Amino acid sequence: MACKWGMRQWAVLTLLLTTFGGSGANVARAQKKDSCVECHAALEGPLAAPVEAMNEDVHRARGFSCADCHGGDPSRDDPLESMDPRKGFLARPSPRAIPALCGRCHSDAEFMKRYNPALRVDQEREYFTSVHGKRLRAGDARVATCTSCHGAHGIRPAQHPLSPVYPLHVAETCARCHADAAYMKEYRIPSDQYDRYKRSVHARALYERQDLSAPTCNDCHGNHGAVPPGVASVAHVCGQCHVRQSTLFQASPHKAAFDAMQLAECVYCHGNHEVLPPTDEMIGTGEKSVCVSCHPPGDAGYQAAERMRALLDDLSRHLERTLAILDRAERAGMEVSRAKFELNEARDALTHARVLIHAFSVKELENVIRPGLEIARRGYQAGERALAELNYRRKGLAVSLLFILFLAFLLYLKVREIEGAS
Amino acid sequence: MRVELRVEAWRAWLDERLGTDAVREFLRRKAVPIHRHTIWYYFGGMTLFLFVVQVVTGALLLLYYRPSAEAAFESVQFIMTEVEFGWLVRSIHSWSANLMIATLFIHMFSAYFMKAYRPPRELTWVSGTFLLLLALAFGFSGYLLPWNKLAFFATKVGTDIAGDVPLVGRFLLRFLRGGEEVTGATLTRFFGFHVAILPGMTTIVLALHLILVQKHGMSVPPSLEGKSLRKMPFFPNFLLRDLIGWVLAIGALAALAALFPWGLGEKADPFAPAPAGIKPEWYFLFMFQTLRLLPAKVGIVEGEVLGVTIFLLGGIFWMLVPFLDKPASGRRSRFFTGVGVFLVLYLVIMTIWGYLV
Amino acid sequence: MPSWSEQRRKLLNILLGTSVGATLVAIFYPILKFMIPPEVIEATQASVVAGRVNELPPNSGKIFKFGNKPGLLVRTPTGEYKAFSAVCTHLDCIVQYRPDMRLIWCACHNGQYNLSGKNIAGPPPRPLEEYVVNIRGEEIVVSKA
Repeated sequence: MACKWGMRQWAVLTLLLTTFGGSGANVARAQKKDSCVECHAALEGPLAAPVEAMNEDVHRARGFSCADCHGGDPSRDDPLESMDPRKGFLARPSPRAIPALCGRCHSDAEFMKRYNPALRVDQEREYFTSVHGKRLRAGDARVATCTSCHGAHGIRPAQHPLSPVYPLHVAETCARCHADAAYMKEYRIPSDQYDRYKRSVHARALYERQDLSAPTCNDCHGNHGAVPPGVASVAHVCGQCHVRQSTLFQASPHKAAFDAMQLAECVYCHGNHEVLPPTDEMIGTGEKSVCVSCHPPGDAGYQAAERMRALLDDLSRHLERTLAILDRAERAGMEVSRAKFELNEARDALTHARVLIHAFSVKELENVIRPGLEIARRGYQAGERALAELNYRRKGLAVSLLFILFLAFLLYLKVREIEGAS
Repeated sequence: MRVELRVEAWRAWLDERLGTDAVREFLRRKAVPIHRHTIWYYFGGMTLFLFVVQVVTGALLLLYYRPSAEAAFESVQFIMTEVEFGWLVRSIHSWSANLMIATLFIHMFSAYFMKAYRPPRELTWVSGTFLLLLALAFGFSGYLLPWNKLAFFATKVGTDIAGDVPLVGRFLLRFLRGGEEVTGATLTRFFGFHVAILPGMTTIVLALHLILVQKHGMSVPPSLEGKSLRKMPFFPNFLLRDLIGWVLAIGALAALAALFPWGLGEKADPFAPAPAGIKPEWYFLFMFQTLRLLPAKVGIVEGEVLGVTIFLLGGIFWMLVPFLDKPASGRRSRFFTGVGVFLVLYLVIMTIWGYLV
Repeated sequence: MPSWSEQRRKLLNILLGTSVGATLVAIFYPILKFMIPPEVIEATQASVVAGRVNELPPNSGKIFKFGNKPGLLVRTPTGEYKAFSAVCTHLDCIVQYRPDMRLIWCACHNGQYNLSGKNIAGPPPRPLEEYVVNIRGEEIVVSKA
């Protein structure tokens, strides 16, 4: 399929070049004759698929085309000429070559500036700090490279909701390899992270509430430089979001102990992939307590855990009790919105107390729990008062009805008396 | 002796200035016929009593109510929670309104079936039908005032129906809503209707109605007319019996208010979607249900327009019954009794139907 | 000596008189009680007095009650007043003003909002609802937009 270029087409091209502020040879080539697209679009099946996929591609939208990655000469119609390896044609870039291929542009700050000045240019360097990158360098071609996650043809910006690296899809993308037990066998690493993550509080926030700020794989492991965070850095990773818990922990007596025992701080109690919503049962000396794994019965920590659990339980019990009585009063038609509002503060105290656990100090916890308890108690009294008022109304009604009926009866007697006389 | 003298002196003094003796004389002579339908005579008095309850509780509510979209709901909530006995006053106002409409209907149909509209009482009947309209208008306007979700949408639907009145519908809709939509402006208007315009009109029509009742005395059903009936003095015999009813009504209102407090619901939000199952107050339900049953198009006329027109013509017919049902006996009169029976059945069936669906 | 029926009549009248009196009291007592204004005078919740003008120094904030939800009144470092819903859009904790960060901050998960209420860090998915602040004499009046 040949195409003759007339004056008009040339004029359009010139215009396009000017608008692109264009000097890039790549751009110019993309606007020129593109025999790759012309031929492959006419082909069938897998040979046409890349052309179609490229329609959605962010690079395509910026004017790049096949030859910018695959090389060759798209100005030629003859396949032997256009796909001549001597002209740099590369049908299938090997995995080992891919980081460098993408990096040719993406690691070039000068070049990237022209298209997306905000985009980072250190992905390639970062990649080679990752386990994936290191193994690739060592000759393992089964590891993930750029295209494994971003796709090859039809790459969308990471913020695009259909991109495989959009927050909602990251876990699935990683899971394509990491949840495959057979694929992971050789590396002797578990393949249940994805399933466990999906049960975590983070996954629930991300998928159920569509809260895009909830962490997925890359938020803890890094994206291009993916590694498992070590014992030393795990607290920093969690602390990115859970700042207060982390700060409290760093200042607590546990810090030194955990360091000495080489325990990963947060993970030791909360787990890693399957971070479940924390419960009050995690503290204390009960069956699900995490404290007892180190603190034997009778030691100071054991007692403190017991005490802290008692404090939390006390407040949540009071809260529940108060809420129940206020609900009962509300259902009976009494207005208790003020008391319910004030109860917010007690609920807030409980939330704070649960965070404050990470200071592992009974005294500090008491300082938060006590005012909360006082508020809950006041709310309970308000509920009791409302119910008493209701009772009072009913009793008042009964008494006044009695009098009213009595009066009606007297009136009836009076009528009979008058009519009897006449 | 001396006490009696002083009372006599006061009486003379008052009579000279107010003409109280004429009233006393009138009351002394006013009598109520006794027969098997006497019971129906009490419903007029009961309606009047409930109206007085409405006036008193309504005036009290005015002390705290605020007629604006921003504050109406909150002020009613305030009445229910912060003001002492506010829950009682508001609940009684709502319950009494409903009971009043109910007794008004009973009073009207009893008057209809006893053919109390026969000459010379035609105008008593006409003024009574006006009072019915006013009572319905009171109910419709008062329903919106708490500015809750249900009332908001019921008003929307209700005023929409008013918009279907032939010729003047468009004007009527704008007149009622104070604009194209139900907004805070509608609330302010309804408040004005409810506490100023309607009470003023009611005072005049009610006064006329009561004066006419006094002037013509109690009507006796045609079947008993001409027979010599026993009579009881209005004062004190009949009034005391009335009083028993009123005292019991107070008891009933207090019990309803305490056991079934009138809810407040959620605050109206003009931008929220209409809740499912909006229904008007029960006394509009028969109209609502009829309009719902009509097909969208009857011939070339829209179903709703047709329905509204029929109700309008029916209302006018109802008002003119005394002039149509003459001589109030014979075949023609039996036809009117039949119309009444049909109407009662229609209202009952449609209302129940409207409730069930 | 009055007859039996005479006595009965008298008793009936006395009872009737007291009952009518008692009923009238029972009717007028609630009415009078109703008319006495309650201690809480303000019914409207579309706007609320969140504080007084000299109460807050610049770069500080306070929680106030707005309807049945908490609100946060902030005086910015430049002396401006701003008001927001104090309910964090993440998990409904109550947010606070952090003078050291010059931000609105949620202690539960380190959610941060800037002084326009926009969520700028941490887990909050949405900005805080902003209210309108008006100064009326000495009072800072906050109302829903």
